[in-house]
Amino acid sequence: MRDQIILRIAAKILIGPIFLFALYVQFHGDYGPGGGFQAGVIFAAGVILYALVFGLDRARAVIPTAIVTWCGTLGVLIFAGVGVAAMFMGGNFLDYGVLLYDAEHAQHIGILLVEAGVLVTVFGVMVTLFYSFAGRRRSR
Amino acid sequence: MESVVDLALLGLLAVTAFGVLHLRNLVAVVMLMGIYSFLSAALFVVLDAVDVAFTEVAVGAGVSTILALGTLALVGTRQKRHAKSPLIPLLIVLVTGGMLVYGTYDLPRWGEPDNPVHGHVAPEYLADHVPLAGDEGDVLEVHIPNIVTTVLASYRGYDTLGETTVVFAAMVGVLTLFVGSRRQRRTGGPPADDEGGSGAS
Repeated sequence: MRDQIILRIAAKILIGPIFLFALYVQFHGDYGPGGGFQAGVIFAAGVILYALVFGLDRARAVIPTAIVTWCGTLGVLIFAGVGVAAMFMGGNFLDYGVLLYDAEHAQHIGILLVEAGVLVTVFGVMVTLFYSFAGRRRSR
Repeated sequence: MESVVDLALLGLLAVTAFGVLHLRNLVAVVMLMGIYSFLSAALFVVLDAVDVAFTEVAVGAGVSTILALGTLALVGTRQKRHAKSPLIPLLIVLVTGGMLVYGTYDLPRWGEPDNPVHGHVAPEYLADHVPLAGDEGDVLEVHIPNIVTTVLASYRGYDTLGETTVVFAAMVGVLTLFVGSRRQRRTGGPPADDEGGSGAS
């Protein structure tokens, strides 16, 4: 679809705001609707839009498959790592209160880290699924 | 007013569902499924479940539609006709649906303040009280305005970790399927030398 000028320009205009909106959803999740899961999907949607308009090869050049697969794994590790870190610091698994000197502050940090883990995993998995499905078509 | 909106949305949902059943062009079916997702999201908004609606739109109407279209590119866009009679499936659906409707008679009325769901842990969550480690009965207020985020990430962290793992497992499953089928097609060479064998192709 790279020769369709309207699609190309519209995609170029949209992709930046999509990523920005994903970050907004991620970091505004404490105050309004949203959170890691939704933000991850929106992030992935930006990449998928790029791949649909500019082709899978260019999308893979920007964000290689190895990286998205790693992201899918890394997020779970971040999430579980926060839990294990809380255990090492004397609390229960996923008990964020012990992570910092101030329990309320620690809760905020813990929630932020955990949401980041969800974001990374969901982004990685969604893009991996898309790459797998779209790449298979071309190999036929 | 709210019941009018509810009825309109539910009616549109039913129409969309019949459209999905009736059509044989699978691209149109995928588009209708996307519309179905949007309508469900609107229903969730009416029920004040904005976070769920958000997820439904992003996943159900967005990514699922793209993935379904990607699948259609592999398998073709015409649905095959079934030779079998639809009587037995219809009977199963009717019996199951009837049992579900019968089950709803035992549910408490929707929105009653003394329903069991409002009397268990929900008051603690709404009061924003996290039990502190070590001290018995000592609580902490987290001060996060969006209750859903607190419940998902803090009170119910185990569940959310489980969900994240399920998403991860989905990726592992898809990668295993696709890499595995690629190996089978290229019979002859050892799988270790296969460029797709690392799962990173």
